Amino acid sequence: MKNKLLPLSITFVFIIIFIIFFKGLQNTNIYTPETKTIYEVPSVSVKLFNSNEIVNTLEIFNSDKFYLLNIWSSWCVPCRQEHPILMELAKNDNINVIGINYKDTKKNAKSFLEELGNPYNKIIFDNKGTNSIEWGAYGVPESFLINKNKVIKKYIGPLTERSIEEIKLFIK
Amino acid sequence: MKILKLFLIIIFIFPISSLKADNEILKNKITKNLRCLICQGQSVYDSDSEFANSLKIVVDNKINEGLSEKQIYSYFQGKYGEWILYDPMFNKNTYFLWLLPLLIFFIGGAIVFKNFKKTN
Repeated sequence: MKNKLLPLSITFVFIIIFIIFFKGLQNTNIYTPETKTIYEVPSVSVKLFNSNEIVNTLEIFNSDKFYLLNIWSSWCVPCRQEHPILMELAKNDNINVIGINYKDTKKNAKSFLEELGNPYNKIIFDNKGTNSIEWGAYGVPESFLINKNKVIKKYIGPLTERSIEEIKLFIK
Repeated sequence: MKILKLFLIIIFIFPISSLKADNEILKNKITKNLRCLICQGQSVYDSDSEFANSLKIVVDNKINEGLSEKQIYSYFQGKYGEWILYDPMFNKNTYFLWLLPLLIFFIGGAIVFKNFKKTN
């Protein structure tokens, strides 16, 4: 009985390990960042681009309206692509477009907005990129749809016509 | 008088610089355990991307705010998920990973102990 127990338990352990690894083979090994999770707007002090005023983020997103927070920069080429889409969206009264100017100089950012138009109600100045980290951002461009102090959808990369259609469905 | 001045300067500078060095060591340790999410196979410490550089500043700020290493990890985990940590924390998804080596060690030890007793 004792002699049988050892090989039996070893086989049992190996079978379990085999099942776990075999199941693991079927999992995808490509990591896709979570984009659907709903989380609260982070409460941090930020510097506004135009007035240099220091405000809390909760003061910016205080109404029940929808907000689109867009991280952009004058040196970012995809931001240039998505800019006309943002200009179009800014015409909609149901949504406020807020910008985070990411690792940029004021001079370059201003000439970018003069050239392509300014869709932003308010712009947060983030020259070190640390504010974007508070939002869980990866880089530029990136957008967050916010309602009632919660981030309800995250768009990594430039906004497309399709994502705008989706945003319009949300704010109807 | 000169000696006294020098002595005072040393006294003032020394604790500050050693404190800074401690923070630097902690910062390096933390950034080595954070995955640069937009790079391939690099830690935040190794990477020079915009994302990693911002993360380094945030880690620095958090250390200066007085947060512990664990608190900083859970802060980043809250923002980016478990994937940002190279060293996975102990939770229901990872307990098997943490306990299996221990289990194997004890089973192996038991077998060795049993055989040892038998031969004696």
